[in-house]
Amino acid sequence: MEIFLDSFFNFQIMSEASPLLIRGLGTTALLCLVVIPLGLIGGLTVALMALSRSPWLRWGTIALIDFFRAVPPLVLLIFIYSGLPFADIELSPFTAVCVGFFLNNSAYYAEIYRAGIESVGVGQMEAARSTGLKKIQALVYVVLPQATRNVLPDLLSNTIEVVKLTSIASVVALQELLYSADMARSVTYNSSPIVMAAGIYLLILWPVVRMLSNLEHKVGK
Amino acid sequence: MNTSETFSRWDLFTETFFNQRLIDEYSGAIAKGILITCEIAVLVVFTGIALGLLLAMLRSYRFLPINVFISCFVDILRSLPPLVLILLAYFGLPSIGFSMSGFLVLWLVLSLILAAFAEEIFWAGILSIRRGQWEAARSTGLGHTQTIVYVIIPQAIRMTVAPLTNRTIAITKNTALGTVIGVGEILNQASTAQSFSGNATPLMMGAIAYIVLFIPVVAIGRWIETRFAWRRI
Amino acid sequence: MDTPQPILEAQDLRKSFGTLEVLQGINFSLLPQEMVFLIGPSGSGKSTLLRCFNRLEEPTGGKIIFDGVDLMSPDVNINTMRQQIGMVFQQFNLYPHLSVTKNITLALRKVSKKDSSEADEIAREMLKRVGLEEKANAHPDELSGGQQQRVAIARAMALEPKVMLFDEPTSALDPELVGSVLQVMQKLRDSGMTMVVVSHEMRFARDAADRVAFMSEGQIVEEGEPGAIFENPQQKRTQDFVSEISR
Ligand SMILES: Nc1ncnc2c1ncn2[C@@H]1O[C@H](COP(=O)(O)OP(=O)(O)O)[C@@H](O)[C@H]1O
Ligand SMILES: [Mg+2]
Repeated sequence: MEIFLDSFFNFQIMSEASPLLIRGLGTTALLCLVVIPLGLIGGLTVALMALSRSPWLRWGTIALIDFFRAVPPLVLLIFIYSGLPFADIELSPFTAVCVGFFLNNSAYYAEIYRAGIESVGVGQMEAARSTGLKKIQALVYVVLPQATRNVLPDLLSNTIEVVKLTSIASVVALQELLYSADMARSVTYNSSPIVMAAGIYLLILWPVVRMLSNLEHKVGK
Repeated sequence: MNTSETFSRWDLFTETFFNQRLIDEYSGAIAKGILITCEIAVLVVFTGIALGLLLAMLRSYRFLPINVFISCFVDILRSLPPLVLILLAYFGLPSIGFSMSGFLVLWLVLSLILAAFAEEIFWAGILSIRRGQWEAARSTGLGHTQTIVYVIIPQAIRMTVAPLTNRTIAITKNTALGTVIGVGEILNQASTAQSFSGNATPLMMGAIAYIVLFIPVVAIGRWIETRFAWRRI
Repeated sequence: MDTPQPILEAQDLRKSFGTLEVLQGINFSLLPQEMVFLIGPSGSGKSTLLRCFNRLEEPTGGKIIFDGVDLMSPDVNINTMRQQIGMVFQQFNLYPHLSVTKNITLALRKVSKKDSSEADEIAREMLKRVGLEEKANAHPDELSGGQQQRVAIARAMALEPKVMLFDEPTSALDPELVGSVLQVMQKLRDSGMTMVVVSHEMRFARDAADRVAFMSEGQIVEEGEPGAIFENPQQKRTQDFVSEISR
């Protein structure tokens, strides 16, 4: 038991590592603030392209969505970070992560938006157009609000996944929360900093997961 | 820009990303990576889904201490990034006497995560079955477990197929995280080869391997989604 | 000749949902081969009483004696007891993923441990009795409501229960389909089945029932022969209810 506590809940080590972890948390937060809105905007754009009337655009977009859903995010990230420099495209870790996440998240958010828009009957669009609204106005004021509401649990669920996914940025040496924790671990030969990072993730995400669970069961009824 | 320069730039590009010599040299390693990725993926899918189903069935007995435990297990595994769990298990457990290979850690962690998500999905499916089905079965003398197995699960499965497929694909792709703890899956083979050769070709091969492996899976997932169209009302 | 023993008996049966006392001390007994109709306003506790009889609902007090066995006693195997108490539901509750035959044979195979061919034989026999032999391989969603309910009756009959409980078996049916179900119930009655029926099919009750019990607010207010209850109710609440439904 003592060994267990000492290896995973060593408060001395935790408190020494905490300034580092807090800085890491800041980077994680910044990363989230950039990649979540980017993904949402990219996803919506891609969804609209995937619902276009031109078959070329539609199928091209769907192929692109599936392509980025097929590539593991870590593979994409490493490719961007350490493959592209061979083509003289060199990106900082932060930019590389943002680009990789933009590509990956847009594909996932796009699928959700697409399902949402399809769940709103064509009648809504027709009703809006019949009152003289332009297509884009009908989309913005009538279809999208309903679509978003219908897939809110999925949007929230995907956003949780994005926040968790930011941890892979540690692999390309971006000093976010997990990177800082792992650095502290390798210096101290003790896993407590990682437990601490896990605690921080739990603190942030557990309430959201609970909320999502309630939302899903309510909508499902 | 003159033609010869265009040509040489193109050559340089193929030289860096599609170098024939390196393709020959490393295709064996990548093939090995593919094999390991597939092995872990199959193991994770089976253990994860089976454990998730088992937990959802356990939950249906509505025995409070067990349900609290299952809820917490599910919430925690849904809240933690997989990489955190992987590092914790790989570097932390040896200090209390559990040494596991990277392969085992990856299998265990991803299975537990899939089990958590699968449990939620199965449980939602079980809850969606009308109470009358339980009552009809129980009134003919079927026990709780028999009712779950023969009456409830077969009906619940239908609405779990689509979300479960999507979640399973997403979690299976996390096999790439194994590279961090030295599991010789595709990404690991590719990055190792890349640092040896100082060339992006192995990485490109790895990326293509993933795409070849997962595009069909994603396409099948899309087909299943339309086939078992499951919409929340 | 001494008086016959009741097959099913409730003694001071109570059931509460939270603070709501839905059954307030029910005393009820059912003789073999008897058919009793349970009537009363919606929410008076008829379904709850019926569901307590096979412990689909757990009573909060009192006793249920079935065939001499105290159903509340801890060493009773409720699943084998339930096989002897058939139940038919308002919403039929057929299993949508199973064929008509499989609906009937599931409990025969899994609880009575009969082998498939024997179970199938029983199913065929039961389907013949409810007039649906040709639907043996159909799925529930291919049947009309009336046919579904007859399959549900066959499913309960297949276990050879000593008592059958019917909870508003015809109220989810279109009017033109009610007759076929009542016909099956009449045949069952003629074969000597003991039955408790919650239903407001007055004409059927008058023709077929031995006894009618009127429930209101968790109590059995009045019981007697159908003629007595319908033509000459003694209690004010019974009078109001009878005049309400005979309009
Ligand atoms: N599971 C339950 N939880 C809470 N209240 C219930 C439940 N089942 C029935 N009730 C309540 O018990 C009362 C009697 O219901 P029920 O037996 O269905 O009446 P009836 O079948 O005579 O219409 C009603 O007030 C109903 O709301
Ligand atoms: Mg009722």
